[in-house]
Amino acid sequence: MDIKDLYRDVILDHNRRPRNFGPLEPADVSVEGFNPLCGDRLTLRLRMADGKIADIRFDGQGCAISTASASLMTEAVKGLTRPQALELFDRVHRLLTDDSASPEDLGKLAALSGVREFPVRVKCASLCWHTLASALHSPAAGDLPAVSTE
Amino acid sequence: MSSVAARDPRPCFDVQAARREFPILQRMVHGKPLAYLDNGASAQRPSAVIDAVDDYERRHHANIHRGVHTLSQEATALYEGARDSLVRFINARSRHELVFVRGTTEAINLVAQSFARPLLKAGDEVLITHLEHHANIVPWQIVCEQTGAKLRVVPMDANGEIHVESAEALFSQRTRLFACAHVSNALGTVLPVRRLVAAAKARGIVTLVDGAQAVAHAAVDVQELGCDFYAFSGHKMFAPTGIGVLYGREALLERMPPWQGGGDMILTVSFEKTTYNALPYKFEAGTPNISGAVGLGAAVEFLRGLDLKAAHAHEHALLEYSTRILGGLDYLRIIGTASAKASLVSFVVAGVHPHDLGTILDQDGIAIRTGHHCAMPVMEFFKVPATARASFAFYNTFEEIDRLAAAIARARSLLT
Repeated sequence: MDIKDLYRDVILDHNRRPRNFGPLEPADVSVEGFNPLCGDRLTLRLRMADGKIADIRFDGQGCAISTASASLMTEAVKGLTRPQALELFDRVHRLLTDDSASPEDLGKLAALSGVREFPVRVKCASLCWHTLASALHSPAAGDLPAVSTE
Repeated sequence: MSSVAARDPRPCFDVQAARREFPILQRMVHGKPLAYLDNGASAQRPSAVIDAVDDYERRHHANIHRGVHTLSQEATALYEGARDSLVRFINARSRHELVFVRGTTEAINLVAQSFARPLLKAGDEVLITHLEHHANIVPWQIVCEQTGAKLRVVPMDANGEIHVESAEALFSQRTRLFACAHVSNALGTVLPVRRLVAAAKARGIVTLVDGAQAVAHAAVDVQELGCDFYAFSGHKMFAPTGIGVLYGREALLERMPPWQGGGDMILTVSFEKTTYNALPYKFEAGTPNISGAVGLGAAVEFLRGLDLKAAHAHEHALLEYSTRILGGLDYLRIIGTASAKASLVSFVVAGVHPHDLGTILDQDGIAIRTGHHCAMPVMEFFKVPATARASFAFYNTFEEIDRLAAAIARARSLLT
């Protein structure tokens, strides 16, 4: 096991220069994710239009895995419908936890597959995705209580 | 990086001999020799402890305080012998003052529920400090909620120090109890416990000291400290997990009701009335962690066999060396710069989250703690979500600190 399996170039790049980072005003949905294990906090804001994610941005502080995963996620889900985004959540969740899950067709998100070799770090990568699922399961607007990976 | 020759010459603690006593230190992790720098979370066990537990399990195990058969008598003698070792270790007045518990957390909860809860009235105050571990915060919050008492907090300065005057400023007519750490787990600060306790006692305030981080690093004398309660865990002083000690002044323990009911803590039971056993058994309901106590007793005897003064001097040299080496990295900030510190360094690295650092160091065989150290108010104070913490024991070496510094540099060049 090499440390570069976890910290692949795509991950390092998205950690150094996170995409879609910062506030989103106005937003239809704002959800906070918190990982009590490491103190990572992330706020995800979405703007919905025609049943699609018209815009999505995040901010907060987290480790490289958490930041890169959130950055990659915002790129991947922008423009998707709710069912499409939730399906992607399921695929990424399987990718992070199931050794047999294939990263095929996942594009840049395939870089997250290295995380499953580091079980204590899976929650870092999945925090933003759980936060997204929570946002998508909410009424389209308004803040919700914080979700937790614990 | 400093060379070996540049280090302070230190007297005569044979680190390699100490290391040979701890079998786990021979282990490889990810193909590298283990550098175990997470002693603040849990220290490793010497062969003397492992063998004592093994011998107990193989030859002497039975329930204690009950049977008249040989094994029960042997197990009882070993369990009570461990208590006697601990009484001497912390200089308690008598074995009545030494209660076996699961660990520091249980000890503090016991005092909160058995001592504080019956005493506290609405408007009374419990005083703690800003740098406490959650185990010395939450039990008091719970008892304050139960009684209507208020929890107040002695502030900390920018170095992570607690000043006696700051505590004195908060002592009031309503302060019933003052609880503080002996050593901060997140920062390493050694608190002026003797003076804090004296100041509280002068006002008739009962005191509890959380000694979890202290017992492995300093000789603790509860009579000299003068505190009413002192709590610590075995596993941070080279003994097994799940065993710890509550020291309490006999007069106070005597007045306190039992906190758990069950076997061994009673004298007689009828459905109308139960009479409680004498100290310390009143607080040891149910079959205890006998093998853990045996292991803790063995750890105390192991420590007695060491030149503790030299061991502690070596730990201090490790602290100074790591502070110098890590402090010399311009992208690293040490969190907690008290003038008196135990042998640990908490830090953050610019551009590298502690959690990433922990994973990368692990690949180099280096074990450190990363996170909030169960001290979220401390993290909040220093405006960091988490820190990395290297915490040393006398079996750590200067070479391990060199490896730590080199691995931090590699992590930084990978991630930034």
